[in-house]
Amino acid sequence: MSQRPRETLEEFRRRARAWLAAHMPPRPVEFNYGDWNRQRELQRTLFEGGFAGICFPEEYGGLGLPFAYQEAFTEESMDYEMPLALNSPTLGIIAGTLLDFGSDEQKRRFIPRILTGEDIWVQFLSEPTSGSDLASVTTRATRDGDHFVVNGSKIWSSGAHAADWAICVTRSDWSVPKHDGITVLLMEIDQPGVSIERIVDSVGGDEFCQEFFDDVRVPVENVLGEPEQGWTVVRGLLAHERTTAGGGSIYTSGRSPRLNTKTQSGVLELAQETGTTGRGEVRQLIGEDYTLRFVQNATSVRVMRGIGTGKLPPAASALLRLMGAQVPVRRTDMALETAGAAAVVWRPEDLASRAGAGAIARQQPAIGGGTTEMALNLISEQLLGMPREPAADRGVPFDRVRHNTAPRRKG
Amino acid sequence: MDVDLSEDQEFFRDTARKFLEAEVPIETVRRLADTPAGFEREWWRRGAELGFTSMLVPEEHGGASLSGEGLLDLAIVAEEMGRRVAPGPLIATNTVAAAIAGAGTAEQQAEWLPPIVAGERLASWALTEPGGRWETHDLALEARRVDGGYRLFGAKEPVEAAADVDWILVTARGEAGPVQALVPRDSEGLAITRLESLDLVRRHDALRFEGVFVPDASVLGAPERAALDVEHQLQVALVLQQAETVGATERMFESTLEWMFDRFSFGRPLASYQALKHRMADMKLMHESSAAAVTAAARAVQAGDPEAALKVSAAKVWVAEKEPFVLQECVQFHGGLGLTWEYDLHLYLRRATTNRMLYGTPRDHRERIARGLGADEAKP
Repeated sequence: MSQRPRETLEEFRRRARAWLAAHMPPRPVEFNYGDWNRQRELQRTLFEGGFAGICFPEEYGGLGLPFAYQEAFTEESMDYEMPLALNSPTLGIIAGTLLDFGSDEQKRRFIPRILTGEDIWVQFLSEPTSGSDLASVTTRATRDGDHFVVNGSKIWSSGAHAADWAICVTRSDWSVPKHDGITVLLMEIDQPGVSIERIVDSVGGDEFCQEFFDDVRVPVENVLGEPEQGWTVVRGLLAHERTTAGGGSIYTSGRSPRLNTKTQSGVLELAQETGTTGRGEVRQLIGEDYTLRFVQNATSVRVMRGIGTGKLPPAASALLRLMGAQVPVRRTDMALETAGAAAVVWRPEDLASRAGAGAIARQQPAIGGGTTEMALNLISEQLLGMPREPAADRGVPFDRVRHNTAPRRKG
Repeated sequence: MDVDLSEDQEFFRDTARKFLEAEVPIETVRRLADTPAGFEREWWRRGAELGFTSMLVPEEHGGASLSGEGLLDLAIVAEEMGRRVAPGPLIATNTVAAAIAGAGTAEQQAEWLPPIVAGERLASWALTEPGGRWETHDLALEARRVDGGYRLFGAKEPVEAAADVDWILVTARGEAGPVQALVPRDSEGLAITRLESLDLVRRHDALRFEGVFVPDASVLGAPERAALDVEHQLQVALVLQQAETVGATERMFESTLEWMFDRFSFGRPLASYQALKHRMADMKLMHESSAAAVTAAARAVQAGDPEAALKVSAAKVWVAEKEPFVLQECVQFHGGLGLTWEYDLHLYLRRATTNRMLYGTPRDHRERIARGLGADEAKP
């Protein structure tokens, strides 16, 4: 099958357009990110139609096509319901990291199950005591024969309750500086010793989770990369995270409408709902809203092309991460301003009500996926070459560094 | 700069950069600031030899682009001119060339384009009117139909380099939409008054038209298409204007970064302070996204994207606000030095601020986008 000559981009686009129309449901007014079985079904449909993993290598179940084909598919998919909740972390971050650091055996085992929608993945990165300073994790992995035994806790892992597997960042050597003692494990979630609690966020959502590990056994073959070399893997993972957050991943498929300049502007819709499209100050916001979406798209294209051609270093993905926070934060403010008094009461069908709730969750895109402060550090240090901050733990064995102690299990 | 340039384009950029570095170093720009025109025709002709005036002109009239996408090639020149705050009406002349190439008759093209390409003739576009009016539905300068042509009545200001160019493309209000005509600088009934300008070498003039006669042979384009012609000219001018601002900002951002390594306070370089690093990182994103916006807008215009008008306006809104902000931060990081005449920062700030305000302010363009998206103006 792989022997047949590659379709041209236009042929592919036409075939994708016809297939989408025949097989994918129309785009719902609002995506239900919480319906995980629906996400699996949609992904399964893509896979069976031969449109899953467009940029993934063929030997792991993908199509092995250039990014332009994925972009064409995404453009064609904008009117259809797509499994968007799988884009991050499963496809953009996890699959990207597995492809970079997994053994051939790991890739053959895990990637096809991601592309078919069988496995949903989650990241076990942050801990109650380690956030931006991710290398200070204290989840303990102790070698016991051909297993690691894991104890500790992870937090802010969105969708963990519905996930099958996790990438889990642990500390396996405490006698060396913090970056040198980290081991990354591929952990099956449904197993003895893993318990998950859901955390209700500030707008009532419950996708956030906290996990507790009590003597969880992970076979040595599930180490990603090499033991104690895990920081390299984490850095690669974080780069995929920034790229995905900025809308520039080659592994994701489809995108939510906020990145599409062709759909109506959020502020414009709100202004139409509130009957204020004729007001000068509102019209200014309508213009700004379009501008933000245009610039965010243009910046994604520039940074991804720049990284691809080597004119920008990989750390330039931090620019996309930063933009991926600044744009929605500003748009949230503009939506609130346009909504006016209607924002303080809850009528689920009204955009104005949602603008009120949006203001409560305003900082979410600036915190989730690594805080913008870390992106600012990365841009200034790695893109601009400015000196790093002094740190008290550099070169010091972790067990001699002052750090937060792991919390005890609740209850 | 575009991260997707071909080898030819990269080579051309290096050539243009070397030429400008050699011909108009900053000392030369400062010297030209004290001359009446702010640029020299002989220098302009040498730039024309490199292709600075040929990119938007078809081959049969002496034009040539590198890539077949002339606006993308010319944006490279505009950016390099920005890096040097170079003199000369690059944006104005090329916009008029694009107008003639797009709307002129075969005779008009054959007469007007070759001398522009050769650098023998220069041109400027008189669009903006007193009170900041610049949109076609808003123009007051009147083209009154008379036997064999039009007579023009009204005022234009500011018009770039009008006193120093040969031809002025006037956009006027006709009976059924805009009328455009190419008017010689020394036409009877045209009074040109030089104004002092914010930019040190980019001059502007006030023009009064007191019945200037324009023969039909000088009218550009069919009346029913003139609004579309003006829109295209505007898009070309805006792309080049934004490209120039991006080039100017890039140069100052680079030199400010260097300065922050060299300048010590409290025993540490400025570059080591997180409070300043984070601001520089924000500025880096403003600048990179500005460059991205210019590339995307240029591609949209070049490709005839139906959304090009919106995209160009969005690029203007973004670049014209973010890049001057970056430059103001550069001033701040230089302390008192950044506020001196001797230090070059203000030359760049002058250019970027000039570009910000002409061919529509960011506020004007936000309104233009709202209109373009169909936001109903009749609502209260």
